[in-house]
Amino acid sequence: MIIYLMCFALLLVGLYGLLTKRDMVRIIIASGITGYAANLMLIIFAYKHGALYPILEKGKTVGERVMVDPLPQALVLTSIVIELGITAMLVALAIRLFEKYKTFDITKIKRLSG
Amino acid sequence: MILPFFIIIPLLAAFLIALISGDRDYWAIIVSVIALISLTVLSLFCFSTIGGKMIVYEMSAWKIPYTVCLTVDAFSAFMLVIVSGIGLTALMFSIYYIRHLSPSWKYYALFMLLITGMNGVIATGDLFNLFVFMEIALFAAFALVSYGSRAEEFEASFKYAIMGSISSTLVLVGIAVIYSATSTLTMAVIAQRLPQNPTVMYWSGGIFLAAFGLKAAIMPFHAWLPDAHSSAPAPISSMLSGVLIKSLGIYVLIRLFYNIYNAPPVFLTMFMVLGSVSILVASFLAIGQWDLKRLLAYSSISQIGFILLGVGIGTRWAIFGAVFHILNHAIFKALLFYNAGTVEMVLGTRDLRKMGNLTHILPYTTATSMVGTLSVSGIPPFNGFFSKLIIIIAAIAAGHPVYGGIAILGSLLTLVYFMKVQRYGFHGENMIEMENVRIGWGMRTAMILLAVLCLATSILIIPGIKEVTLDPVVDAIMNKTGYITRVLGR
Repeated sequence: MIIYLMCFALLLVGLYGLLTKRDMVRIIIASGITGYAANLMLIIFAYKHGALYPILEKGKTVGERVMVDPLPQALVLTSIVIELGITAMLVALAIRLFEKYKTFDITKIKRLSG
Repeated sequence: MILPFFIIIPLLAAFLIALISGDRDYWAIIVSVIALISLTVLSLFCFSTIGGKMIVYEMSAWKIPYTVCLTVDAFSAFMLVIVSGIGLTALMFSIYYIRHLSPSWKYYALFMLLITGMNGVIATGDLFNLFVFMEIALFAAFALVSYGSRAEEFEASFKYAIMGSISSTLVLVGIAVIYSATSTLTMAVIAQRLPQNPTVMYWSGGIFLAAFGLKAAIMPFHAWLPDAHSSAPAPISSMLSGVLIKSLGIYVLIRLFYNIYNAPPVFLTMFMVLGSVSILVASFLAIGQWDLKRLLAYSSISQIGFILLGVGIGTRWAIFGAVFHILNHAIFKALLFYNAGTVEMVLGTRDLRKMGNLTHILPYTTATSMVGTLSVSGIPPFNGFFSKLIIIIAAIAAGHPVYGGIAILGSLLTLVYFMKVQRYGFHGENMIEMENVRIGWGMRTAMILLAVLCLATSILIIPGIKEVTLDPVVDAIMNKTGYITRVLGR
């Protein structure tokens, strides 16, 4: 139970950062943290205590023991790649914004409003 | 066997464009036009033959609970037609407009990726696959919003990307919750197993409502939309406003809450409340705008509110109105964004106060903008009138006169702010004269085509035509558990 709560706390840390930070770099890191929390959640849901890794080997039998669910691990791989892409996109946008506004502070970047 | 092509064609076109075009954009234009014409033909064929059936394609010959499947019924085919049709006109508009802005093949490659993402979201029958395609569409959208490389565009794109990453995370959490309860990602199987577990249903439903509500820009989640849609190049604004918020937002919401969650009344009430809030607040915000594209963006939020209200009422007529309004809004909002783009290209401004009487220099744009205005405000022979009327009548008939009243008020407010557009923007006091005004034939054709469609789609309301076009779509939505049997029990 405690591990689920900690994972949820990680999600909240990320959301807190996204909502309150003013520096673009910190916002990007916070968006990364929320993503990690979601990935971790998928992995925790698939985890079983004392289970085997989900690979069938020659000569070895599984017997009584269960295997962990391999599908969420595949999903997490995909989602990590997607998050890498999003982070790269955000960093590229932050660099271009810095070129235009000469600041990383989002409260000073406000030509659009209303 | 037709289904994978909706994804293969635009994806292949995107990478082909990146491979074969050197410095020039000729090949990019040719390849993307061919791809989109074939997509339009394919989706029209699919929609005309589908009827009440469901086409299922299982990838790599695995059977359904173990594979990623593509499922298309009448509703999906209807959305595919809208994506390809509006995409084709946007491409026609782009050819001259983007050459004017900054010509590059990258625009066309990203455009095809956008189409890939939307087609994938619509055609897929697998929850995680939906997430992946949604990300593809969003990536392309972020890049396309900042295509013009001005400071405001990067600002809007950054805001959009942050909002998009929050909603993607929420979608992933929702998928994790659903997977932990049902051990499957195929939507039909989820729909079969979820009713035994109402707690998970309500919890994941709340997460998905927030996540896809952000994509659809429903009122409390709308903040990114006016920036992103007003900063993007005009054809991209029309794609985002006309198609993207519907295919990534409204389509997924309907699919999830009707076909998978079996329309729980709690969520339908929330749809109605959020929809009417969107209608009212966005209309009032739109009245205050002087930036033409920003005004249109706020108008998009309010029209999405109409669709959501129809979805929330949930009777057959209301769904019919909502589906019809999806089509109509795609047509007239795309048209109005093309008009705004043309004016911006010629005058160099989007400020309504700096415009004037454009009837001499831009006769086609002024005329078609009038058609778009009449259509969006709901003046009788145009399509917007019928869909709004049906939603309002359905609201009153279903015993929600307050929501009906809000919809009527919202419709009047729409008329108010579009009168402002016409009064200041296109038929203002100072007559603007300019030499050598050239708009490409592609831009003109796109606008005229959509203006004709504004009038022509009204005939979908005639009983004989309605039965073969929109009724199967409504059936596909209303037949909630039918989705399961049609995917699994063939």
